[in-house]
Amino acid sequence: MADYETIPINTLFEIPKLNPGVMKESSPFVAAPAHQEALGFPGELVDNWQEKAIEKLGELLEKSRALRVYMDGCVKCGACTDKCHYFLGTGDPKNMPVARQDLLRKIYRRYFTFSGKYFPKLVGAEDLTKEVLDDWYSYFHQCSQCRRCSVYCPYGIDTAEISMAAREIMDHIGKGQKYCNEILGKVHKIGNNLGLPEKALINTLEDLEEDIEDETGVKVRIPVNEKGADILLVTPSADFFAEPHIDGLIGYAKVFHQAGASWTVSSYASEAANFAMFIGSYEQMKLVAERIRKAAQDLGVKRIIFGECGHAWRVAYSFMNTLAGPFDFLDPAYPVPQHICEYTWDLIQKDKLTLDKSANDHMTLTFHDSCNVARGSRMGDTPGGQFEIPRAIIKAVCNNFVDMAPDTIKEGTFCCGGGGGLLTDDLMEIRTKGASPRMTALQEVVKDSGVTHMAAICAICKTQFAKIMPTYGIGMDRIVSLHQLVSNAIVLDVPPEDEVEAETNEDVATA
Amino acid sequence: MAYELNGVSYEADEEGYLVDLSAWSKELAELIAQDENIEMNDDAWEVVNFLRNYYEEYQIAPAVRVLTKAVKKSLGPEKGNSKYLYELFPYGPAKQACKIAGLPKPTGCI
Repeated sequence: MADYETIPINTLFEIPKLNPGVMKESSPFVAAPAHQEALGFPGELVDNWQEKAIEKLGELLEKSRALRVYMDGCVKCGACTDKCHYFLGTGDPKNMPVARQDLLRKIYRRYFTFSGKYFPKLVGAEDLTKEVLDDWYSYFHQCSQCRRCSVYCPYGIDTAEISMAAREIMDHIGKGQKYCNEILGKVHKIGNNLGLPEKALINTLEDLEEDIEDETGVKVRIPVNEKGADILLVTPSADFFAEPHIDGLIGYAKVFHQAGASWTVSSYASEAANFAMFIGSYEQMKLVAERIRKAAQDLGVKRIIFGECGHAWRVAYSFMNTLAGPFDFLDPAYPVPQHICEYTWDLIQKDKLTLDKSANDHMTLTFHDSCNVARGSRMGDTPGGQFEIPRAIIKAVCNNFVDMAPDTIKEGTFCCGGGGGLLTDDLMEIRTKGASPRMTALQEVVKDSGVTHMAAICAICKTQFAKIMPTYGIGMDRIVSLHQLVSNAIVLDVPPEDEVEAETNEDVATA
Repeated sequence: MAYELNGVSYEADEEGYLVDLSAWSKELAELIAQDENIEMNDDAWEVVNFLRNYYEEYQIAPAVRVLTKAVKKSLGPEKGNSKYLYELFPYGPAKQACKIAGLPKPTGCI
């Protein structure tokens, strides 16, 4: 097992003892030249990197008024210091949001402000040195861009935007992160983060259809590239591959089946995730988003629905229209885009699904709000819908539901510890330590309320929890997909006898 | 990093995945497994061989579910579950078994 120890937090929000520099060496693998160049970034650290980095920072400050405000605005009030899960889990003061911001702010001051240019020492301005760059690479990859700190900042300074800007600068001087950049290359080439080619996708989904039929006796389809379908489902490719994600996919398929919907997935846009947001690259984000537009147009669909993926929903809900819009070719009667939870909840409200809650009686559920859904988007047409709709679905399909401590859910939710491009094995230490606040809140409801399982609506959260929960004494199978619960409870209509017979005859005839 | 076998050096990435997929051999697999503290018994070989065959056809490792099903078919229902696969490959059947099978690491939110 791991050769480091997690900081045990006995009570929530206990501020850990400061441990300066303890996470200094934690930095992800650097992208290889091939991964960099595929995205149009320099293959390796360029000779005049200082000059290029400052130039890029200047460009970003010109483009984003918000970034300049964030650089100027901090009054060092300290409200954010104990709000970051990576600080709470490591005690490294550079993981305090204000300190993370200052890594970029001190360079901003040195090169872009009057006082910093002439009296750097008085205003905490510093030269951009190799040591600073190393700190950037380490600590801007210890931020999952979850935006919890910004909720508590009286000025609304968004550390996620700052870490995105820093990563964008590092990409442009040739020091990108392997995990994100290799994956983005796969999306451009193959259509998804996994690198799952069309043939494998079709095979996997056919296999899954067989499984569902074996289990339920009902033919539930998972169509691929079906032209003329009404709905395009865009879901994280982990839903085709990993556990418990794939159980969620089965849930979506059953919901569509019961609704009698005509739907399809696309092999060209077989990915909801858009890792370009993590590296702060608008150009890359646009390229990934445009694949979804193209797939929707090529297939001639009327609606786009997103599966359970946290940051994808932020990109879809908040940026999709500017990145790849206008979506005037879709049916305006439906939200563009729509979340699978909105779709399912709508059907539940209209009494279109028969649900047997007792199918989930062996579990007591809690719900983990994913950061990007909670703080970067909304669902439904009322404020807070992104918190209420997933809970309403769980309560409609399960008898036993308990929320975790109020300060750890909804807009105050703690990141799973693996978001923002940190879900890679080379960052396992920070991932495990950063999960400590969420795990503490979970352990509390496990102990006090008998919670057995936690549901989530994000592929990253699900993978991260499956990986790190055993370290905290909770089995890896205790994390479930929200639509897995729907899948368990949904009562499928068995087709009338004669229809089954007719189909069988048809099979014989074509065989 | 690199693996040394019979005086030949085989290049691998930072995490020990072979760079040249065609360089794989059974002996090399044994060596990688040793590095991972995995004992290559018949069942482990069954999984590795399935992965290699699947990869040859589909250019990617199979989904965990597909793998579990295949293991169930060949080794029986008591072994065709992810618990058993994790016993064989504690760091996850997809990632660790792929490494031993000389296949690239699956990427993404998995």
